[in-house]
Amino acid sequence: MTAVATDDRAALEVSGLSKSFRAVRALDDVAIDLRYGRVTALLGDNGAGKSTLVKCISGIYAPDSGVVRVNGVERSIPSPEAARSLGIETVHQTLAVIDPLDVVENLFLNREHTRGGRLGARLGVLDKKRMRAESSEILGRLDIRIPSLRRSMSALSGGQRQAVAIGRAAAWGQQIVLLDEPAAALGVEQAARVLDLIRSLRDAGVAVLLITHNMDRVTEVCDRAVVLRQGRKTADVDVGAVTKDDLVAYITGARSGGLA
Amino acid sequence: MTEDSAAAAPGFVAARQWLDRRRQDAGLRPYVVYVAAALIFGLFAVILRHDGFLTASNLLNIGRQAAPIAVMAAGMTFALAAAEIDLSIGSTTALSSLVAAEVVGEYGFVAGAAAALAVGAGIGAANGLITVKVRIPSFLVTLGTLGIVSGIARNMNNLQSLPIRNDTFLAVFGAGSLGPVSSLLLWTVVVGLLGHLVLHQLRWGRHVLSVGADRNAAAALGINTARIRVTALMTSAAAASFAGVLLAGRLAIGRHDLGENLLLTVIAAVVIGGTNLFGGRASVAGAVAGSVVMAMLNNGLILMGLRVADQLIARGVIIILAVALSMREQKER
Repeated sequence: MTAVATDDRAALEVSGLSKSFRAVRALDDVAIDLRYGRVTALLGDNGAGKSTLVKCISGIYAPDSGVVRVNGVERSIPSPEAARSLGIETVHQTLAVIDPLDVVENLFLNREHTRGGRLGARLGVLDKKRMRAESSEILGRLDIRIPSLRRSMSALSGGQRQAVAIGRAAAWGQQIVLLDEPAAALGVEQAARVLDLIRSLRDAGVAVLLITHNMDRVTEVCDRAVVLRQGRKTADVDVGAVTKDDLVAYITGARSGGLA
Repeated sequence: MTEDSAAAAPGFVAARQWLDRRRQDAGLRPYVVYVAAALIFGLFAVILRHDGFLTASNLLNIGRQAAPIAVMAAGMTFALAAAEIDLSIGSTTALSSLVAAEVVGEYGFVAGAAAALAVGAGIGAANGLITVKVRIPSFLVTLGTLGIVSGIARNMNNLQSLPIRNDTFLAVFGAGSLGPVSSLLLWTVVVGLLGHLVLHQLRWGRHVLSVGADRNAAAALGINTARIRVTALMTSAAAASFAGVLLAGRLAIGRHDLGENLLLTVIAAVVIGGTNLFGGRASVAGAVAGSVVMAMLNNGLILMGLRVADQLIARGVIIILAVALSMREQKER
């Protein structure tokens, strides 16, 4: 991970984003800014549009309208590959790990190193040694402990699978990392480790978006909170300036806050 | 502890760890096919010892029978690994034998083989593109192309065999041998090795497996899943074509029904070999071993003196049993 300066520049600016599925308006004119070295919480009830927003930014859904700027430059993100090549990595709720592949293969999936020069690169001859070495380096740096890199993902525990998915995003997400409920299914200790990971991403200058239902996590690691309700943004506030009760009120629709 | 056992212990411990890791990862399932092959071989060697099972000519015969099955199975492994299936391989094999026979007479043996492979790749591309673009399961698409290709093959030479008189073609792809090794076996080994390397050492092979294991996850990581699915189906069809070339070489003819009835045998060989029928787990080496199992079963049933009708029944029962066993383990996992 190259350290990006921890300044307040916007890494990602989304404005006017709308997305409908047939008659259902999943996102309605949503705007959100992610800044380098900041963690932004994306909050909302089930069905509020959080995952839809993440999928629009990560190239899985094509939004109906809206503008996405990366580093101030307007970009269209037609595919997950396009998102990844812009430095946007996502940890989806489903983790997107491939069970029969091992840890190294998952970390490097679609980012493989090849050997054998030009021809090897064309054929896609895998440089397994190099990927294995870099994998232990990546995991070591993030203090993720996996019993064996050659284990297939299906042999790992839920927490380990989650750690690999986050490790992958951290390894490739040089600029922007989107986390869709990364600690939802974890025990207390593992969830704490995920929070540590998020902090180390932030300290390395990465712009992080964190979807969560857990208000403690918001106050622990997040700098800003954006709240969606029924596809519309109902709050965009500094976490330090509000209480947990305020956040809950925004989520349930009792109040709205911080909107111009 | 004596010094002896202390020296032996590390090796033993390593073996235990290896076994444990295998069990936790893929299970011991990938090795079942080799045990089965050895057991069936031993069984037939005992029951059929007076019926010539162990003679050199019969073993060679099994090898020759296994060759086209193994080549088709190696290709089918990639289709299944990508969670697709190719039901049109039998008729692709048949049409390819005819195309090879037709072209080899005019343009020589290289062109003959190349034309057959091109036909296969074309059929595979059609299968894949219809599957991906029209969003019809490959099961149904290839069921359709099975009929179409089979019809084209029947029209091509009015159900007549097309003789092949090019000696080079026959030597390279069928009757010939390199030293004591039949060229058919050589080709089988080459295809099997190539398939194994592609699956394990090339990016494409890992992507095929990823798409088959979890298409959404693969797509979320930016893998072009449509391209992978199309090329996997092209691989299975091209392999079927090459099997057609080998059959044509062995029999010195192209015919509308060469290899046409091998579909079920091939699927059984692949699944017995440890490949998941629904994607995400694949073994080319297992598919080749599974092909040997199927060829041995076929050969043994004939030597037992079963009539053709009874052979069909016996083979059907064996296939269902074998597939049921391997599916049961997959569900447990």
